[in-house]
Amino acid sequence: MANAVRETPDTVASTRRTPRPRRGNLGILGERVIEVLIHLCGISAMIFVFAIFFFVFREGAPILRKLDLGRFFFTQTWYPTSLNTPRYGVGALIIGTFSVTVLAMLIAVPFGIGAAVFLSEFCGKKMKETLKITIELLAAIPSVVWGFIGLTVLNGVIQKVFNVQVGLNVLNAAILLALMSVPIMVSIGEDALKAVPDSYREAGIALGCTKWQLIWRLLLPAAKNGLLAAVLLGVGRAVGETMAVLMATGHSVNIPHSIFDSVRTLTATIAAELGETAEGSDHYRVLFLIGILLFTMTFLVNLLADFAVKGIRKK
Amino acid sequence: MTILPPEPVRPPSSESASPKILIEDLRLSYGPKEVIHGISFYIEPNEILGIIGPAQSGKTSLLRCINRTIDFTASAKVSGIIKVDGMDVRQMRNVYELRRKIGMVAPLPVGLPLSIYENVAFAPRTSGMRKKSDLDGLVEKCLRQAALWDEVKDRLDSLGTKLSGGQQQRLTIARALSHQPEILCLDEFSIAIDPVTTMRIEEVLRELKQDMTIILVTNLVQQARRLAARTLFLWNGEIIELDTTEVMFSDKAKDKRTNDYVNGIFG
Repeated sequence: MANAVRETPDTVASTRRTPRPRRGNLGILGERVIEVLIHLCGISAMIFVFAIFFFVFREGAPILRKLDLGRFFFTQTWYPTSLNTPRYGVGALIIGTFSVTVLAMLIAVPFGIGAAVFLSEFCGKKMKETLKITIELLAAIPSVVWGFIGLTVLNGVIQKVFNVQVGLNVLNAAILLALMSVPIMVSIGEDALKAVPDSYREAGIALGCTKWQLIWRLLLPAAKNGLLAAVLLGVGRAVGETMAVLMATGHSVNIPHSIFDSVRTLTATIAAELGETAEGSDHYRVLFLIGILLFTMTFLVNLLADFAVKGIRKK
Repeated sequence: MTILPPEPVRPPSSESASPKILIEDLRLSYGPKEVIHGISFYIEPNEILGIIGPAQSGKTSLLRCINRTIDFTASAKVSGIIKVDGMDVRQMRNVYELRRKIGMVAPLPVGLPLSIYENVAFAPRTSGMRKKSDLDGLVEKCLRQAALWDEVKDRLDSLGTKLSGGQQQRLTIARALSHQPEILCLDEFSIAIDPVTTMRIEEVLRELKQDMTIILVTNLVQQARRLAARTLFLWNGEIIELDTTEVMFSDKAKDKRTNDYVNGIFG
């Protein structure tokens, strides 16, 4: 009886149902178009990368027939403008890039990760807001301004503090690069730490961890994928940076024996010389070859990062 | 029908022979909202105390007050006395020592992103146990106690988070046991575990009672009935009733709400 009473409104409702709305042909077509567009957006990233690689390669490749690659990589004489015997050895440039990048990372990684840990684990809300804004500001400074600071400020400071004759050297550029890559590391690193679930923190604390043990043994391992990504983005920034290192390294082709020696980097070489070369000349093509080299280097770094992250995940 | 006289129950007071945990007039508020309204009770050594009560009655908050993880909730304000082994928890300097004394098992398993072995070895390592053989022995003992050893002994190196929900929960129990606590707090440990495993763990708890004091917060009133010597009915931050489990689950419970709750009439 009770059931019958309860069923009645339902039956009434179902007979009075409003007609099901139908989608017009135009709507279906629109759907298709949007789908294709989104597909294109996704694929465009790939197209751009391949296109860039293709054009750089097209400009640089013809020189490969004339050039002795062994000499190109392993000699350090860079005399592209010599009238009789131009020599293109980028050994010193590779080492220059490498030394500046490595030193920059040695400075930036502890600072960047440390700052990320401080932001996500230790500091209060107000402090955090202020710090984040400041750090973002640090990221917004144009690289030519950094170079200017290197030339005018750091140059003198390094000369005085370390009592060396030239302040435009590996150290100078590395400090600038470190300052430039720290903001990326901090913001990505902090995101990674923030993504560690709070339940881990609670579990660790309930097990009697001190704050330090919690961070060192639990949070850093848990966030290591994100932190690795943060560091590698920093490396990418440092390898690719041009203007600041052009101004701060001293720009002299040289294999450094200490951090107070001037060097020249691959990127700075391209920037400084490409405008002076005749299009299609050997020098011009060699500069593009350096471009391919840089491209390959960053590609390898990314690939390594990918493998590292995958390896960690698998375990 | 003869009416049996109610069994005399010791009043909850500090005079009873050295309780393991003594709580007096504990009040807890989050911001302006008070969630525990001045409760007092004690727990004897090697006792299993069941805590039952509907959601939002302050059960988990109570546990967090005892091991002082409540400190990490900025808005929480605690007053009253919580004594563990006669020492006031809230005055303690070495809070890490306190937390090592108390094993805590959360409702949803938190497998740390480490291997199974490292999950269990984590707490002993942080407190300074370094020798591989000691750690190996301890890990095996804890995993056995948590009824997990047989299932994982061949893959101690794989990630703890890859285990099934029930296995992860037993892993957290093993981890809670790993620093050889004197008090074990289980916060609704069985909500992610199948009934068979639950029974196995309950079996384990009965054995563990020899070595430690157990606080069993549970939503399954029958679980309290099976395990606890005494049961505490907490509701809206107040103790409605605390008595021996037989009394709580009989029609002799003093408060009608107790009777209703354990019989599933409300809550």
